[in-house]
Amino acid sequence: MIEIGLHKVLRTPGDEFTLEVDLEIPQGTLLTLYGPSGSGKTSLLRCLAGLMTPDRGRIAVGNKIWFDSSTRTALKPQKRDVGFVFQDDALFPNMTVLENMRFAQKKNDPRSDLDELLEVMDLQGLRDRYPDSLSGGQKQRVSLARALAQKPEILLLDEPLAALDAPMRMNMQDYILASHKKYGGTTIMVSHDLPEIIRLSDMTAVLEKGRMTRKGPPSELFMEKKLSGKFQFTGTLLSLEPQDVIFVASVLIGNNIVKVVVHPSEIEGLLPGAQVVVASKAFNPVIYRVKKTEHHNPSPNEI
Amino acid sequence: MNWEPLILTFELALTTTIVLLAISIPLAYWLSKTTSRLKPFLETLVSMPLVLPPTVLGFYFLLAFSPNNAFGSWLDEWLGIRLVFSFGGLVLASVIYSLPFMVQPIQAGLSSLPPSLSEAAATMGKSGRTQLLKVLLPNIRKSLLTGIVLAFAHTVGEFGVVLMIGGNIPGKTRVASIAIYDEVEAMNYASANTYSLILFALTFALLLLVYLLNGGYLKRFWR
Repeated sequence: MIEIGLHKVLRTPGDEFTLEVDLEIPQGTLLTLYGPSGSGKTSLLRCLAGLMTPDRGRIAVGNKIWFDSSTRTALKPQKRDVGFVFQDDALFPNMTVLENMRFAQKKNDPRSDLDELLEVMDLQGLRDRYPDSLSGGQKQRVSLARALAQKPEILLLDEPLAALDAPMRMNMQDYILASHKKYGGTTIMVSHDLPEIIRLSDMTAVLEKGRMTRKGPPSELFMEKKLSGKFQFTGTLLSLEPQDVIFVASVLIGNNIVKVVVHPSEIEGLLPGAQVVVASKAFNPVIYRVKKTEHHNPSPNEI
Repeated sequence: MNWEPLILTFELALTTTIVLLAISIPLAYWLSKTTSRLKPFLETLVSMPLVLPPTVLGFYFLLAFSPNNAFGSWLDEWLGIRLVFSFGGLVLASVIYSLPFMVQPIQAGLSSLPPSLSEAAATMGKSGRTQLLKVLLPNIRKSLLTGIVLAFAHTVGEFGVVLMIGGNIPGKTRVASIAIYDEVEAMNYASANTYSLILFALTFALLLLVYLLNGGYLKRFWR
């Protein structure tokens, strides 16, 4: 169990607010932090890692106290066993991909672990390259692989998939899920992407202006009605046009624009730009293979 | 042709550069990280030799280290060190005189690195020392090279400080720049010209090397 109770005044140019978080995270949870920019998500991660000191409060992981302002305890980042994936990749430019990962590894962990990691993350071909020669997406993959090489008790991910395009994003989500289950650690991830949050996380906490306004399983948080639909996609509402007695909503899901019929009674509160869930439940879906010639699926090395 | 002044000059420059490197890396690291209120004062002190006439520096060294004064006589009696008109004194004065040329490039280099680099290393359990040696310094090689060469070249070129605190003792404190002045006074223009040409060529070559390396010009030939 990770218990977090902290209080920290955050100052940004022209703004000041208090980060106040009370949160208990069971061991092995994948928690996402969701909220608008500047709501304190990154600061919360930094407080957990020991890179930022809360004004007061307490952070306990298992039976170890990481921070307690009442006893003036504050473990250094070095003593906390966290892996941190930064918004900028923070790869060491003087080391190759493999050297970056070796540097992160704990002393007694076998080198052979890295081969497996390189394999799964599809980084074998890049192992001897320097970060300067990698694309943005490749850097983020290496950055994640490096944090995993550390096998930390808590993995902190600050928007780790932001620079990736859709297919790679899906791959990486799969890998985050798989490694999270395999290593059994706790993962805390900042994300702005609703499909990603719904797909990955056990629990979501919503931060607004430093306060935790809601928390719970993402399916409950982001879908107002409990749906029993077999299919559901999250997308962005692009437009809502009246046609005779109904409305036609254009929704952007991934890279596709989907048109959905909406009854006038349902349009209340729907504005272009809103995040919506499109679900279907009454009929059987049809599955067919995508022809290779029509749609070229880029391999991770090309990205 | 007497090579002694030239050899002495390079001995002095080499010793000074090594001492400076040892002092400047921790100092620049501290300056790049600290939020202390003392920082602007320390930065000013480090930069003072850039604007202060070397003779001012030399004059105060002379006063401070003279065996006729309290501090100088204490050094002399208790530690047996005499810093006036000696090689040791020249090294000390040169270290202070060339301090900004070493500290400033290193500090600028360290400040230009994203803070996430050392933060990432910290979360991997690496101490400040390991962060500095394995992550930070290898990524500011250009700044280190600039600092080393500038400090070396600046020490080769110093005159005022050396003259004030070192004087003109052959084989001990008579460096090339003093020798040139001496030869000109004695109307030995040919000899002064030889020293001058050698210094000119050497400092040109040193600085050219820095620009070639830091500008990446050499890499084009290697590839």
